[in-house]
Amino acid sequence: MIGRRVKSRILILLISLLILSIVTFTVFKSLEKNVVYFLSPTEIKQNEDIDFEKKIRIGGLVKENSVVKNQNTIKFIVTDNKNEIVVSYVGLLPNLFSEGKGVVAEGKLRDKKYFIAHTILAKHDENYMPPEVIKTLND
Amino acid sequence: MIRNFFSFKFLSLSNKLFGNLSAIMLSLLIVGIIYALVISPPDHVQGDSVRIMYIHVPSSFIGLGCFGLIGLLSVCNLIFRIIFLSLIAKSLAAIGLIFTVISILTGSMWGKPTWGVWWAWDARLTSMLILLFFYIAYILSWKIIKNTSKANKVASFVGILGSFNLPIIKYSVNWWNTLHQPSSITLTSAPTIHYSMLIPLIIMIAGMILYALVIFLMRYKTELIKLKLSKKK
Repeated sequence: MIGRRVKSRILILLISLLILSIVTFTVFKSLEKNVVYFLSPTEIKQNEDIDFEKKIRIGGLVKENSVVKNQNTIKFIVTDNKNEIVVSYVGLLPNLFSEGKGVVAEGKLRDKKYFIAHTILAKHDENYMPPEVIKTLND
Repeated sequence: MIRNFFSFKFLSLSNKLFGNLSAIMLSLLIVGIIYALVISPPDHVQGDSVRIMYIHVPSSFIGLGCFGLIGLLSVCNLIFRIIFLSLIAKSLAAIGLIFTVISILTGSMWGKPTWGVWWAWDARLTSMLILLFFYIAYILSWKIIKNTSKANKVASFVGILGSFNLPIIKYSVNWWNTLHQPSSITLTSAPTIHYSMLIPLIIMIAGMILYALVIFLMRYKTELIKLKLSKKK
Protein backbone atom coordinates (compact mmCIF):
# COMPACT_ATOMS: atom_id res chain seq x y z
CA MET A 1 0.00 0.00 0.00
CA ILE A 2 0.96 3.61 -0.33
CA GLY A 3 2.96 4.73 2.68
CA ARG A 4 2.56 7.98 4.55
CA ARG A 5 5.77 9.49 3.17
CA VAL A 6 4.72 8.70 -0.39
CA LYS A 7 1.32 10.25 0.29
CA SER A 8 2.85 13.48 1.56
CA ARG A 9 5.17 13.61 -1.47
CA ILE A 10 2.20 13.24 -3.80
CA LEU A 11 0.41 16.06 -1.98
CA ILE A 12 3.41 18.40 -2.11
CA LEU A 13 3.97 17.63 -5.78
CA LEU A 14 0.31 18.16 -6.68
CA ILE A 15 0.24 21.54 -4.93
CA SER A 16 3.46 22.70 -6.58
CA LEU A 17 2.23 21.52 -10.00
CA LEU A 18 -0.97 23.48 -9.52
CA ILE A 19 0.93 26.63 -8.53
CA LEU A 20 3.32 26.18 -11.44
CA SER A 21 0.51 25.86 -13.97
CA ILE A 22 -1.21 28.97 -12.63
CA VAL A 23 2.06 30.90 -12.83
CA THR A 24 2.75 29.73 -16.42
CA PHE A 25 -0.78 30.58 -17.45
CA THR A 26 -0.70 34.11 -16.01
CA VAL A 27 2.76 34.80 -17.43
CA PHE A 28 1.62 33.81 -20.91
CA LYS A 29 -1.66 35.68 -20.60
CA SER A 30 0.19 38.88 -19.74
CA LEU A 31 2.77 38.31 -22.47
CA GLU A 32 0.14 37.58 -25.09
CA LYS A 33 0.86 40.80 -26.99
CA ASN A 34 4.50 39.85 -27.39
CA VAL A 35 3.86 36.22 -28.22
CA VAL A 36 1.88 36.88 -31.40
CA TYR A 37 4.19 37.05 -34.39
CA PHE A 38 1.98 39.29 -36.50
CA LEU A 39 -1.32 41.17 -36.40
CA SER A 40 -4.15 40.61 -38.85
CA PRO A 41 -5.81 43.58 -40.62
CA THR A 42 -8.84 43.17 -38.33
CA GLU A 43 -6.64 43.29 -35.23
CA ILE A 44 -5.00 46.46 -36.58
CA LYS A 45 -8.40 48.04 -37.17
CA GLN A 46 -9.64 47.20 -33.66
CA ASN A 47 -6.41 48.20 -31.95
CA GLU A 48 -6.82 51.62 -30.28
CA ASP A 49 -3.22 52.37 -29.36
CA ILE A 50 -1.02 51.66 -32.34
CA ASP A 51 2.44 53.20 -32.29
CA PHE A 52 3.03 54.33 -35.86
CA GLU A 53 6.73 54.85 -35.17
CA LYS A 54 7.25 51.27 -34.02
CA LYS A 55 8.25 48.38 -36.26
CA ILE A 56 5.46 45.81 -36.38
CA ARG A 57 4.45 42.77 -38.43
CA ILE A 58 1.18 42.29 -40.19
CA GLY A 59 -0.02 39.10 -41.81
CA GLY A 60 -2.81 37.58 -43.85
CA LEU A 61 -3.47 36.45 -47.37
CA VAL A 62 -2.29 38.25 -50.48
CA LYS A 63 -5.52 39.32 -52.17
CA GLU A 64 -6.07 37.81 -55.63
CA ASN A 65 -5.21 40.18 -58.51
CA SER A 66 -3.95 42.84 -56.13
CA VAL A 67 -0.20 42.67 -56.82
CA VAL A 68 1.00 45.69 -58.80
CA LYS A 69 4.66 46.08 -59.77
CA ASN A 70 5.72 49.62 -60.59
CA GLN A 71 9.45 49.83 -61.38
CA ASN A 72 10.99 48.82 -58.05
CA THR A 73 7.98 49.25 -55.86
CA ILE A 74 5.62 46.35 -55.30
CA LYS A 75 2.17 46.99 -53.96
CA PHE A 76 -0.34 44.41 -52.85
CA ILE A 77 -3.29 44.02 -50.50
CA VAL A 78 -3.14 41.89 -47.36
CA THR A 79 -6.55 40.59 -46.37
CA ASP A 80 -8.07 38.39 -43.69
CA ASN A 81 -11.32 38.27 -45.69
CA LYS A 82 -12.82 40.93 -43.40
CA ASN A 83 -10.44 43.87 -43.53
CA GLU A 84 -7.63 44.88 -45.86
CA ILE A 85 -4.35 46.76 -45.71
CA VAL A 86 -2.33 48.02 -48.66
CA VAL A 87 1.35 47.07 -48.43
CA SER A 88 4.11 48.77 -50.36
CA TYR A 89 7.53 47.20 -50.58
CA VAL A 90 10.85 47.72 -52.35
CA GLY A 91 13.03 44.66 -52.72
CA LEU A 92 13.09 41.01 -53.62
CA LEU A 93 10.09 38.85 -52.87
CA PRO A 94 10.53 35.32 -51.48
CA ASN A 95 9.96 32.54 -54.03
CA LEU A 96 6.80 31.31 -52.37
CA PHE A 97 5.13 34.72 -52.42
CA SER A 98 1.98 34.48 -54.52
CA GLU A 99 -1.60 35.68 -54.72
CA GLY A 100 -4.04 33.87 -52.50
CA LYS A 101 -1.22 32.63 -50.23
CA GLY A 102 -0.17 33.64 -46.73
CA VAL A 103 2.26 36.48 -46.18
CA VAL A 104 3.88 38.29 -43.25
CA ALA A 105 5.22 41.83 -43.74
CA GLU A 106 7.64 43.60 -41.41
CA GLY A 107 7.67 47.39 -41.30
CA LYS A 108 5.70 50.40 -40.17
CA LEU A 109 2.12 51.49 -40.56
CA ARG A 110 1.66 54.85 -42.25
CA ASP A 111 -2.00 54.77 -41.33
CA LYS A 112 -4.42 51.98 -40.51
CA LYS A 113 -4.92 51.17 -44.18
CA TYR A 114 -1.37 51.59 -45.51
CA PHE A 115 1.76 49.67 -44.52
CA ILE A 116 5.33 50.32 -45.61
CA ALA A 117 7.24 47.03 -45.47
CA HIS A 118 10.98 46.52 -45.37
CA THR A 119 10.85 42.70 -45.24
CA ILE A 120 8.38 40.26 -46.75
CA LEU A 121 8.09 36.68 -45.52
CA ALA A 122 6.03 34.01 -47.25
CA LYS A 123 3.86 31.96 -44.93
CA HIS A 124 3.31 28.35 -45.82
CA ASP A 125 0.04 26.64 -44.92
CA GLU A 126 -0.51 23.12 -43.64
CA ASN A 127 -1.52 21.72 -47.05
CA TYR A 128 0.91 19.39 -48.77
CA MET A 129 -0.03 18.32 -52.29
CA PRO A 130 1.84 17.01 -55.31
CA PRO A 131 1.55 19.27 -58.41
CA GLU A 132 -0.40 16.68 -60.44
CA VAL A 133 -3.16 16.55 -57.83
CA ILE A 134 -3.51 20.34 -57.81
CA LYS A 135 -3.69 20.27 -61.60
CA THR A 136 -6.51 17.74 -61.66
CA LEU A 137 -8.32 19.63 -58.88
CA ASN A 138 -8.19 22.83 -60.91
CA ASP A 139 -9.33 21.22 -64.19
CA MET B 1 8.71 -8.58 -19.08
CA ILE B 2 7.79 -5.08 -17.86
CA ARG B 3 8.95 -5.95 -14.36
CA ASN B 4 12.32 -7.04 -15.74
CA PHE B 5 12.72 -3.70 -17.46
CA PHE B 6 13.01 -1.97 -14.09
CA SER B 7 15.68 -4.25 -12.72
CA PHE B 8 19.09 -5.67 -13.47
CA LYS B 9 17.41 -8.60 -15.22
CA PHE B 10 17.14 -6.26 -18.19
CA LEU B 11 20.86 -6.79 -18.83
CA SER B 12 20.40 -10.46 -19.71
CA LEU B 13 17.37 -10.12 -21.95
CA SER B 14 18.49 -7.10 -23.94
CA ASN B 15 20.87 -8.70 -26.49
CA LYS B 16 18.25 -10.54 -28.51
CA LEU B 17 15.97 -7.50 -28.35
CA PHE B 18 18.68 -5.27 -29.86
CA GLY B 19 19.18 -7.53 -32.88
CA ASN B 20 15.49 -7.76 -33.72
CA LEU B 21 14.77 -4.07 -33.17
CA SER B 22 17.80 -2.97 -35.20
CA ALA B 23 16.76 -5.17 -38.11
CA ILE B 24 13.23 -3.71 -38.19
CA MET B 25 14.60 -0.20 -37.75
CA LEU B 26 17.10 -0.52 -40.61
CA SER B 27 14.55 -1.92 -43.05
CA LEU B 28 12.03 0.80 -42.12
CA LEU B 29 14.61 3.56 -42.52
CA ILE B 30 15.89 2.26 -45.87
CA VAL B 31 12.37 1.95 -47.29
CA GLY B 32 11.40 5.30 -45.72
CA ILE B 33 14.36 7.23 -47.07
CA ILE B 34 14.00 5.83 -50.60
CA TYR B 35 10.28 6.56 -50.52
CA ALA B 36 10.81 10.07 -49.12
CA LEU B 37 13.67 11.13 -51.39
CA VAL B 38 12.87 9.33 -54.66
CA ILE B 39 9.34 7.97 -54.95
CA SER B 40 7.26 10.66 -53.22
CA PRO B 41 6.34 13.69 -55.36
CA PRO B 42 7.55 17.27 -54.82
CA ASP B 43 5.05 19.70 -53.28
CA HIS B 44 3.09 22.03 -55.55
CA VAL B 45 4.42 25.17 -53.83
CA GLN B 46 7.52 24.12 -51.93
CA GLY B 47 9.00 21.89 -54.62
CA ASP B 48 11.67 19.49 -53.46
CA SER B 49 12.31 21.29 -50.17
CA VAL B 50 9.24 19.47 -48.84
CA ARG B 51 11.53 16.44 -48.42
CA ILE B 52 13.17 18.13 -45.42
CA MET B 53 9.88 17.44 -43.63
CA TYR B 54 10.56 13.70 -43.60
CA ILE B 55 13.42 14.31 -41.18
CA HIS B 56 12.09 17.44 -39.49
CA VAL B 57 8.71 16.11 -38.32
CA PRO B 58 9.96 12.80 -36.82
CA SER B 59 12.84 14.66 -35.09
CA SER B 60 10.47 17.20 -33.54
CA PHE B 61 8.15 14.39 -32.48
CA ILE B 62 10.96 12.49 -30.76
CA GLY B 63 12.37 15.69 -29.24
CA LEU B 64 8.99 16.47 -27.66
CA GLY B 65 8.19 12.85 -26.81
CA CYS B 66 11.44 12.23 -24.94
CA PHE B 67 10.89 15.27 -22.76
CA GLY B 68 7.29 14.24 -22.13
CA LEU B 69 8.57 10.91 -20.85
CA ILE B 70 11.26 12.63 -18.80
CA GLY B 71 8.55 14.79 -17.21
CA LEU B 72 6.38 11.78 -16.33
CA LEU B 73 9.36 9.81 -15.01
CA SER B 74 10.44 12.81 -12.96
CA VAL B 75 7.04 13.02 -11.26
CA CYS B 76 7.03 9.28 -10.47
CA ASN B 77 10.65 9.51 -9.42
CA LEU B 78 10.04 12.28 -6.90
CA ILE B 79 7.13 10.33 -5.42
CA PHE B 80 8.37 6.74 -5.38
CA ARG B 81 12.17 7.21 -5.42
CA ILE B 82 12.92 4.26 -7.70
CA ILE B 83 16.48 4.47 -9.00
CA PHE B 84 15.60 2.80 -12.32
CA LEU B 85 13.16 5.57 -13.21
CA SER B 86 15.86 8.19 -12.96
CA LEU B 87 18.22 6.03 -15.05
CA ILE B 88 15.59 5.76 -17.80
CA ALA B 89 15.02 9.53 -17.79
CA LYS B 90 18.77 10.13 -17.81
CA SER B 91 19.20 7.82 -20.82
CA LEU B 92 16.42 9.57 -22.74
CA ALA B 93 17.81 13.08 -22.27
CA ALA B 94 20.71 13.06 -24.73
CA ILE B 95 18.57 11.40 -27.42
CA GLY B 96 15.89 14.05 -27.06
CA LEU B 97 18.52 16.79 -27.12
CA ILE B 98 20.04 15.55 -30.39
CA PHE B 99 16.67 15.23 -32.09
CA THR B 100 15.62 18.69 -30.90
CA VAL B 101 18.82 20.10 -32.43
CA ILE B 102 18.13 18.21 -35.68
CA SER B 103 14.57 19.55 -35.67
CA ILE B 104 15.72 23.15 -35.26
CA LEU B 105 18.49 22.82 -37.88
CA THR B 106 16.31 21.14 -40.52
CA GLY B 107 13.52 23.62 -39.79
CA SER B 108 15.97 26.45 -40.36
CA MET B 109 17.11 24.95 -43.67
CA TRP B 110 13.48 24.71 -44.75
CA GLY B 111 12.63 28.20 -43.48
CA LYS B 112 15.18 29.94 -45.68
CA PRO B 113 13.75 28.83 -49.06
CA THR B 114 10.14 28.86 -47.83
CA TRP B 115 9.68 31.89 -45.60
CA GLY B 116 12.77 33.77 -46.72
CA VAL B 117 14.48 33.71 -43.29
CA TRP B 118 16.53 31.15 -41.36
CA TRP B 119 14.97 32.06 -38.05
CA ALA B 120 11.95 33.97 -36.76
CA TRP B 121 11.05 34.71 -33.16
CA ASP B 122 7.58 33.28 -33.45
CA ALA B 123 5.97 31.24 -30.67
CA ARG B 124 6.68 27.79 -32.14
CA LEU B 125 10.34 28.39 -32.91
CA THR B 126 11.03 30.18 -29.65
CA SER B 127 9.34 27.54 -27.48
CA MET B 128 11.29 24.84 -29.32
CA LEU B 129 14.52 26.71 -28.49
CA ILE B 130 13.41 26.82 -24.84
CA LEU B 131 12.96 23.04 -24.96
CA LEU B 132 16.56 22.77 -26.14
CA PHE B 133 17.68 24.82 -23.11
CA PHE B 134 15.66 22.59 -20.78
CA TYR B 135 17.39 19.53 -22.20
CA ILE B 136 20.77 21.17 -21.62
CA ALA B 137 19.76 22.15 -18.07
CA TYR B 138 18.54 18.60 -17.38
CA ILE B 139 21.73 16.96 -18.62
CA LEU B 140 23.93 19.52 -16.86
CA SER B 141 22.20 18.98 -13.51
CA TRP B 142 23.23 15.31 -13.69
CA LYS B 143 26.76 16.21 -14.74
CA ILE B 144 27.50 19.09 -12.39
CA ILE B 145 25.97 17.88 -9.12
CA LYS B 146 28.19 15.16 -7.70
CA ASN B 147 25.81 13.93 -4.98
CA THR B 148 23.56 11.44 -6.83
CA SER B 149 20.40 11.83 -4.76
CA LYS B 150 20.67 15.63 -4.89
CA ALA B 151 21.31 15.52 -8.65
CA ASN B 152 18.28 13.28 -9.01
CA LYS B 153 16.06 15.81 -7.22
CA VAL B 154 17.32 18.82 -9.16
CA ALA B 155 17.14 17.01 -12.51
CA SER B 156 13.59 15.81 -11.79
CA PHE B 157 12.60 19.36 -10.93
CA VAL B 158 14.02 20.60 -14.25
CA GLY B 159 12.20 17.75 -16.00
CA ILE B 160 8.85 18.73 -14.50
CA LEU B 161 9.37 22.43 -15.11
CA GLY B 162 10.31 21.80 -18.73
CA SER B 163 7.21 19.70 -19.32
CA PHE B 164 5.07 22.81 -18.96
CA ASN B 165 6.68 24.00 -22.16
CA LEU B 166 5.45 20.96 -24.14
CA PRO B 167 1.76 21.92 -24.54
CA ILE B 168 2.95 25.44 -25.36
CA ILE B 169 5.08 24.07 -28.22
CA LYS B 170 2.28 21.81 -29.43
CA TYR B 171 -0.51 24.38 -29.38
CA SER B 172 1.51 27.57 -30.06
CA VAL B 173 0.50 27.39 -33.73
CA ASN B 174 -3.19 27.26 -32.79
CA TRP B 175 -3.24 29.74 -29.91
CA TRP B 176 -1.28 32.58 -31.48
CA ASN B 177 -0.44 33.97 -34.91
CA THR B 178 2.81 32.28 -35.85
CA LEU B 179 4.95 32.08 -38.96
CA HIS B 180 5.09 28.31 -38.53
CA GLN B 181 2.10 26.54 -40.08
CA PRO B 182 -0.35 24.50 -37.96
CA SER B 183 -0.09 20.71 -37.84
CA SER B 184 -1.07 18.81 -40.97
CA ILE B 185 -1.84 15.67 -39.00
CA THR B 186 -4.33 15.97 -36.14
CA LEU B 187 -6.37 13.47 -34.18
CA THR B 188 -9.64 15.24 -34.82
CA SER B 189 -9.67 15.86 -38.58
CA ALA B 190 -8.44 14.37 -41.85
CA PRO B 191 -4.76 15.05 -42.61
CA THR B 192 -4.15 17.98 -44.95
CA ILE B 193 -1.18 16.20 -46.44
CA HIS B 194 -1.59 14.08 -49.56
CA TYR B 195 -1.28 10.31 -48.97
CA SER B 196 1.71 10.09 -51.34
CA MET B 197 3.61 12.20 -48.78
CA LEU B 198 1.85 10.91 -45.69
CA ILE B 199 2.95 7.28 -46.19
CA PRO B 200 6.71 8.00 -46.34
CA LEU B 201 6.30 10.40 -43.41
CA ILE B 202 4.69 7.69 -41.28
CA ILE B 203 7.38 5.17 -42.26
CA MET B 204 10.08 7.69 -41.36
CA ILE B 205 8.41 8.47 -38.02
CA ALA B 206 8.25 4.75 -37.18
CA GLY B 207 11.84 4.14 -38.29
CA MET B 208 13.26 7.09 -36.39
CA ILE B 209 11.31 6.22 -33.23
CA LEU B 210 12.79 2.72 -33.41
CA TYR B 211 16.23 4.24 -33.89
CA ALA B 212 15.71 6.38 -30.78
CA LEU B 213 14.47 3.28 -28.94
CA VAL B 214 17.56 1.22 -29.85
CA ILE B 215 19.89 4.03 -28.77
CA PHE B 216 17.86 4.42 -25.58
CA LEU B 217 18.15 0.68 -24.75
CA MET B 218 21.92 0.87 -25.26
CA ARG B 219 22.23 3.89 -23.00
CA TYR B 220 19.96 2.40 -20.36
CA LYS B 221 22.07 -0.77 -20.39
CA THR B 222 25.21 1.31 -19.90
CA GLU B 223 23.62 3.14 -16.97
CA LEU B 224 22.60 -0.16 -15.38
CA ILE B 225 26.11 -1.57 -15.72
CA LYS B 226 27.54 1.61 -14.21
CA LEU B 227 25.16 1.33 -11.27
CA LYS B 228 26.00 -2.35 -10.75
CA LEU B 229 29.72 -1.58 -10.75
CA SER B 230 29.35 1.29 -8.29
CA LYS B 231 27.38 -0.99 -5.94
CA LYS B 232 30.10 -3.65 -6.04
CA LYS B 233 32.78 -1.23 -4.91
